Amino acid sequence: MTSEKVPLFGKTLSELQELVAEYKLPRFTAKQIADWLYKKDISSIDEMSNLSKKARELLNANHTFGLIDPTETKVSTDGTKKYLFPTETGKFIETAMIPFKDRKTVCVSSQVGCKMGCLFCMTGKQGFQGQLTAGEIVNQIRNIPEHEEVTNIVYMGMGEPFDNLDEVLKSVEVLTSEWGFAMSPRRITVSSIGIIPGLIRFLNECEAHLAISLHTPFHEERQQLMPVQIAYPLDQIIEHIKEWDFSGQRRVSFEYIVFGGLNDTPEHVKTLIKMLRGIKCRVNLIRFHPIPGTPLQGTDEETLQEFKDALNKKGILTTIRASRGLDIYAACGLLSTKALVNN
Amino acid sequence: MNTQPTELIKETLTRHDEISPGVFVIGFARQHDFTPGQAIKLGIDEINAPRIYSICSGNQDEELCVLYNIKEDGFLTPRLSKLKVGDSVFASAPYGTFLGTDEPAWWIATGTGIAPFRSMLHSGLGQHAMLVHGVRHLNQFYFEDELRGDLGKNYHRCCSAESAEGIHYGRVTAFLEAQNGFSKDWKYYICGQATMAVETRDLLISKGIPFGNIITEIYF
Repeated sequence: MTSEKVPLFGKTLSELQELVAEYKLPRFTAKQIADWLYKKDISSIDEMSNLSKKARELLNANHTFGLIDPTETKVSTDGTKKYLFPTETGKFIETAMIPFKDRKTVCVSSQVGCKMGCLFCMTGKQGFQGQLTAGEIVNQIRNIPEHEEVTNIVYMGMGEPFDNLDEVLKSVEVLTSEWGFAMSPRRITVSSIGIIPGLIRFLNECEAHLAISLHTPFHEERQQLMPVQIAYPLDQIIEHIKEWDFSGQRRVSFEYIVFGGLNDTPEHVKTLIKMLRGIKCRVNLIRFHPIPGTPLQGTDEETLQEFKDALNKKGILTTIRASRGLDIYAACGLLSTKALVNN
Repeated sequence: MNTQPTELIKETLTRHDEISPGVFVIGFARQHDFTPGQAIKLGIDEINAPRIYSICSGNQDEELCVLYNIKEDGFLTPRLSKLKVGDSVFASAPYGTFLGTDEPAWWIATGTGIAPFRSMLHSGLGQHAMLVHGVRHLNQFYFEDELRGDLGKNYHRCCSAESAEGIHYGRVTAFLEAQNGFSKDWKYYICGQATMAVETRDLLISKGIPFGNIITEIYF
């Protein structure tokens, strides 16, 4: 897969403008290329028929179109699909497409592997193998068979988006700009464990929804589950979020995997309520999907319901996320290409 | 004890030594108390994002020092490496909760992840500690003379790419895998890059160590 030619797919309009300036092509060529990349159903530079021959030759000499096909697809009994994509650097990532009622949500990866080492996450077990480019992120949406039916995008696949923020922000720009896919940023959610410098920049520069992996309101417990807590403590993350207005259309949600006998007690509910007071938000409770060698276990359904009801009673909109794609390891926390790392 | 970073303050460098190719100890006059194991944010100015570095000096030392290696594709460290004593850096007060105690503990590090453990030792901790340091090359056992002096047989070096007498050939995880009798009551501190940290944590859990006794700091 390694290529010395630079992929065009994933470039922002301003990057394309710089490129055509470098090639001494007319400035409007950048917009034409963006149209071909993001609005038309083509996959080669030769098909960019309104570009001059010289422009196409220059582009072909130095660039690829940049779409990468999935090499494997797994289909769950519930309709969820998991795609395996190679990257430009010869590694692999996974993408989940989750159909539910009239929605089709794509869960994209932002890194190959992950550095964060969360105790409950399969991706973390493979370590970190590299960053994805904006093109490789958007490719996970554009290059699946359902791409024209996609309603929502969540950055909840492999990797920590705020650890690759430049490329994540560029990918959101490609997805939401008029010259790009022109999607509403309200259909996109970027999920993070809360790397604070990234959080601040994301809130300033991006309109997409924010989701924060919370998982427990207690410092020491969160530190055991998520080593990032040492560097970026939750109370500080919450402090920053409280500075932002989420009363409009932009939404902040908190992800909470419920572990039996660990973070599912009334004390957790009480502290969570106190912590989230004053934030217009939603809490998504997630069933834990056990991974090999984990010391953690899921909670029972009754406790899960009680946890949800207790939060709702106190005015915190709380839902239980349906587990989808469990049989193909596409559910939350299960994406991994560890087996392919050494190939 | 400060658990959160404060604003960046301008500091004047009093030390900047290359202790191994591409690896530096950088320091300035200590202005704050801290608990060994804590970190600071360090930057070259107030505009560009600082990065987090574990303190490698003791909590009674006059200087506060950190250990860093040059990341060729990074923004900060190539610039940092060009600074001289007398130049300025910008640093936060010490913060964080990777905190050393005098309890019996295994300290497990790779590469520059040795920094917080060196700080703990320099602060008088470590009487009941076993230190394991894993590196790729023999010249990456930073502070090895003093660590060997302080810890004696409780200091274990693992080198994955070169072999030498008295040094375990192989990765930290292979060394730990071969050990028996890990106490479930001891604390296990892990510091280093993600893959090693996660593999070590999994290994300890598989040997029956409760995850509540494992404190992991990942360099990211």
